[in-house]
Formats: sequence, structure tokens, C-alpha cells
Amino acid sequence: MNAMVCLANVTKRYGRLEAARDVCFDLGQGEMVALIGHNGAGKTTLMKLMLGLIRPTSGSIAVLGDNPAAGQFAGRRHIGYLPESVSFDAALTGRETQRFYARLKREPVAKALELLDFVGLGAAAARRVGTYSKGMRQRLGLAQALIGRPRVLLLDEPTTGLDPELRQTFYEVIQRLAAEGTTVLLSSHALTELEERAGRVIIMNRGIKVADGSIEHLRNLARLPTRIRLKVAGLAPGEIPSWLPASAPCRRLNGHVVEIDAAPEHKIELLRCATAAGTALEDLDVVPPNLDELYAHFLRQTEAPQ
Amino acid sequence: MNVLIVARKEIHQAVRNRWVLASTLLLAALALSLAFLGSAPTGTVGARALDIVIVSLSSLTIFLIPLIALLISHDAIVGDMERGTMLLLLSYPVARWQVLLGKFLGHLAVLAFATSLGYGLAAAALVASGSRVDSDSVAAFAAMIGSSVLLGAVFVAIGYLVSALVRDRGTAAGVSIGLWLFLVLIYDMALLGLLAFDQGRNVSAIALNVMLLFNPTDVYRLLNLTGFANVSAFAGMAGLAQSTSLSVQLLLLALLLWMAVPLGFAALAFSRREL
Repeated sequence: MNAMVCLANVTKRYGRLEAARDVCFDLGQGEMVALIGHNGAGKTTLMKLMLGLIRPTSGSIAVLGDNPAAGQFAGRRHIGYLPESVSFDAALTGRETQRFYARLKREPVAKALELLDFVGLGAAAARRVGTYSKGMRQRLGLAQALIGRPRVLLLDEPTTGLDPELRQTFYEVIQRLAAEGTTVLLSSHALTELEERAGRVIIMNRGIKVADGSIEHLRNLARLPTRIRLKVAGLAPGEIPSWLPASAPCRRLNGHVVEIDAAPEHKIELLRCATAAGTALEDLDVVPPNLDELYAHFLRQTEAPQ
Repeated sequence: MNVLIVARKEIHQAVRNRWVLASTLLLAALALSLAFLGSAPTGTVGARALDIVIVSLSSLTIFLIPLIALLISHDAIVGDMERGTMLLLLSYPVARWQVLLGKFLGHLAVLAFATSLGYGLAAAALVASGSRVDSDSVAAFAAMIGSSVLLGAVFVAIGYLVSALVRDRGTAAGVSIGLWLFLVLIYDMALLGLLAFDQGRNVSAIALNVMLLFNPTDVYRLLNLTGFANVSAFAGMAGLAQSTSLSVQLLLLALLLWMAVPLGFAALAFSRREL
């Protein structure tokens, strides 16, 4: 795998505060990586380090072969960046702004302007950015980040302020770019959105990387129970199906639904029991632990006294 | 290339924000009123109307141009950082010195345009109203416009240095006003006080020259009021012009240094800043 971004033992200190501590990871070509964590967990710091906006206290960073801390910037032509709460010069119009950024990247202006239509700013392109709403500024932020087919995309909270429809198109574009080989690193609070889309998740907490891997990998690591929901006919209130092993924790949700927390290794066995019992099973749902739960789990794990 | 792209955007913004219009109108209005009202003492017989305008206009320039230059420059770095636009700009393939130099060229172009047009209008109006103007006066006037732009460049550079060093916009504005007061008003008063107190006992001519070189507005004053024989006669500085050993070249060099050194330090401070 071809690493586009390499971080090795990166630490960034602001006075006594450690915004990033000993962070290591590589981002390969075409990977779509979700960076998640609380506010202040170090997500924005990592992106700024990759762009050379700040310098690491120790450790080394390479982005597209450049060392951003040394002020090398040739590779930045192929990086698209959308900062958190992006802002633009209020006096210029959307079109002028986009033209300016396309020129700085030496990309054809006409193609960059097409992106404005794509993000739905075509009608507002001749208006001053100062008159834009927050959502419109976010769209303009996306449009500038996509100029010239970036090889690395760093997106800090990209979907805040976007309506659901544009969110959908946004993810489609990002996924298409990733399929064509663009490395995408995006941070977000909307974990459910990322769940099906991100091939890999990096969880940060207080500047420390606490988990890194595909969602399946994290599920295996976390060993969180899968919830099995059964709808059983003819069950008295409070009654638990008799075929259930006593070890499986379960609860009644409402009239007919029983929810069982199944440990990963017991999942199949429990399902077999449920279907083999010939009971009046009406419906069955299997809910694997979602990203929210995984995230909460890894945070608890690191917060717990060791 | 990057420098020019940034400069172009800076000019574009200044036009949009009506900085160009406002400063041109201000300078033109003051220059015109000085050209017609300021020549009253010499009467209409006074043959060298343009030379008199140079004297009064360069005294005005010393107050006004540094103020305009600091107004547009003190915000250039720290303001863009506070607004968040610098973050995005620096993620593009452009070096920080290129951003600074681009802004400098843009702001300088705005100042040069406003000064040339504003002052040029006054000269044109004098000629149109029938004053006799010879080529010496025209040369002196052109030199005055050129050195005014250079003085503006000095204060744009000083404004950038302030902007690159301080934490927030309010501080930048405060420090800039303080510097303006010091260099334009207080320095000369203190120097005058020192000379009056000293009665020429300890402060030698060389020391005085050095002290004058340490203030860009004094350098500008010497350049315009002593640089041309006719002008210095009107300025009442003929005596000083003969006694001072500072040549025009040296004065120009001093102004250029006053521009280059703060600009260099601003670039250094900016390149070390973290966003």
C-alpha cells in the first residue's frame, strides 16, 4: 500500500497542554478514513500538522513526499483542505473566490467554477461571500477543497451546515474520489453517517490515538455484545423464553419484543436456539454495535484507571 | 507568480471595500485645497506655485500617508488570522513570504494609485488655472509623489511587522497608532527639545544627522524640502540644506532600508507563527 500521509510519533504541545501525543499512522492511497473524537481530542491539530500550519514538538510527518514542518509545499497542490467553520474574504463574490484558489493551485479556472454549480452555488456565485449563509459558506468550502482532483483530502467537520440532500451528494463524490485513488481523511461528529462509508476509523482522545482500524476490526477488539431482538407471540408480560441460556442477559422491551445482548462468540448459537425452538417467533433483528457504541467503549476504556 | 496572484486579490478587495476610492478622494481633496488656498500668501504673482504646493503638501503627507498606510496594513496578518481566512490560504501551495510580499505589492499599488492620482490632480489643476510651471518644478513634484509612495511603503512594512507580532487585531491597531504618534509627532518634538536644551554643546551635526535618519518621516522631510534648491528656499530650509551632509542618495537609501528591514522581520515573524 502506497502511503500518502505518514505520521511517526508525532507530539504537539501548547505550553502544558498536549494536543497530540505520540501519534502514529499512515494513510494509504484511496483510503477513506474517519477521524473521530471529542472537541479538543486533537483532530484539527493533526490536520494542521499535515498542512504545515503548525510544527510538531517532536516526531515526523510526511505528506505526499513533503515535510510540511520544514515549509515544503509543492505537494499542497494536490491537497484539498476544508477547515472547521471555514471563512472567506467577505468582499469577494463566490466566483472570484473560487477563481483565486484555482489560480493558486494552477488549475483551470473554468473547471473550478463548474464545482460551484455542483455544490448548488451556481445562482449565488455572483454574490459577495459576506451575504452567504453558513450553509452556503460550507458549500463554497467544499467547492474549493475539490479543485483539481486532490490526491489527499483533509475535511474537518465537512457536513455541518449541509442539508441532508447535499450531504448525500457530498458522500457520493467523496466515495467516487476515494475509489479513484484519493486519500480522504474526514473528521465528524455525525458518527452514524460515517459508519457505512468509512473504510477505517481512527479514534482520538485527549491527543492520544486510542483505536485504529476497520469497523469490523474495532468490533472484534471491543467485544461489545450484538443485540438480538426477537418478537415472540404468546409470551406473558415479564416472561423470558424458556429456551434461552441463563447466561445470556436479556430484557423485555415492550409487549412482544425480547432483546438479548449476545457476546460475539454466542451470537450464532443463540440464533440457532431461537429458530430451532419452534417457538412462535414472529420477527428477528440483529443489531451489531454501531460506531457510537464503539466510540463510547474505547473512550471508557482509556478513561478507566489502569 | 503566487505573489502576483495574491497582490491582485488584495487590490481587488481594496477596490471593493472602497479603500482606493476613499484614499484617492481624501488625498485629492487635500491636495487641491492646498494648491489653491495654500498659495494665497504668495499672491498670484508668485511664479513658482508648484514649489509652494510641494512644501505644504509634503508636510501634510508626513501626517496622512503613514496613517493611511498603517490603517490598511496593521490588519493584514493578524486580521486574516482572526477571520480564519489565513488558515485556508496557507493550506494552498504558497509560501508565507509570498503571501506577505503579495499583500505588500497590492497595498503599495493602492497607495501609489491614490497618491499619484490625488496629487497629480492638484498639479494638473494648477497648470490648468494658468500658473506657470517649469520643468524643474515638475521634476520636484514627481519626486515628491515618488517619495510619498516610498514613505507609504515604509509604513506598510512597519504595519505588517506589528501585524505579524501581536496576538489580536485590537493590539495591532493600538500599537500602530502609538507608532504613528511617536514617529510623526513625538520624535520631532523630543528632538527639538533636546537641541534647544543642548544649545549645540554636545550634539554634533553628525549626531543630529544620525538621529534624523532614525525616523523615516524626517528622512522624507529632508528629501523633499532640501533635495531641490527652489523648494528648499521656500521651505526656509535653505540653510539646513547647505549644512546637512546627507545626500539625496543617502536619504533614499535610508528610506529603502526603512522599508526592507521591517518587511524582512515581518516575513521572519510570520514564518514562525503558528495558526
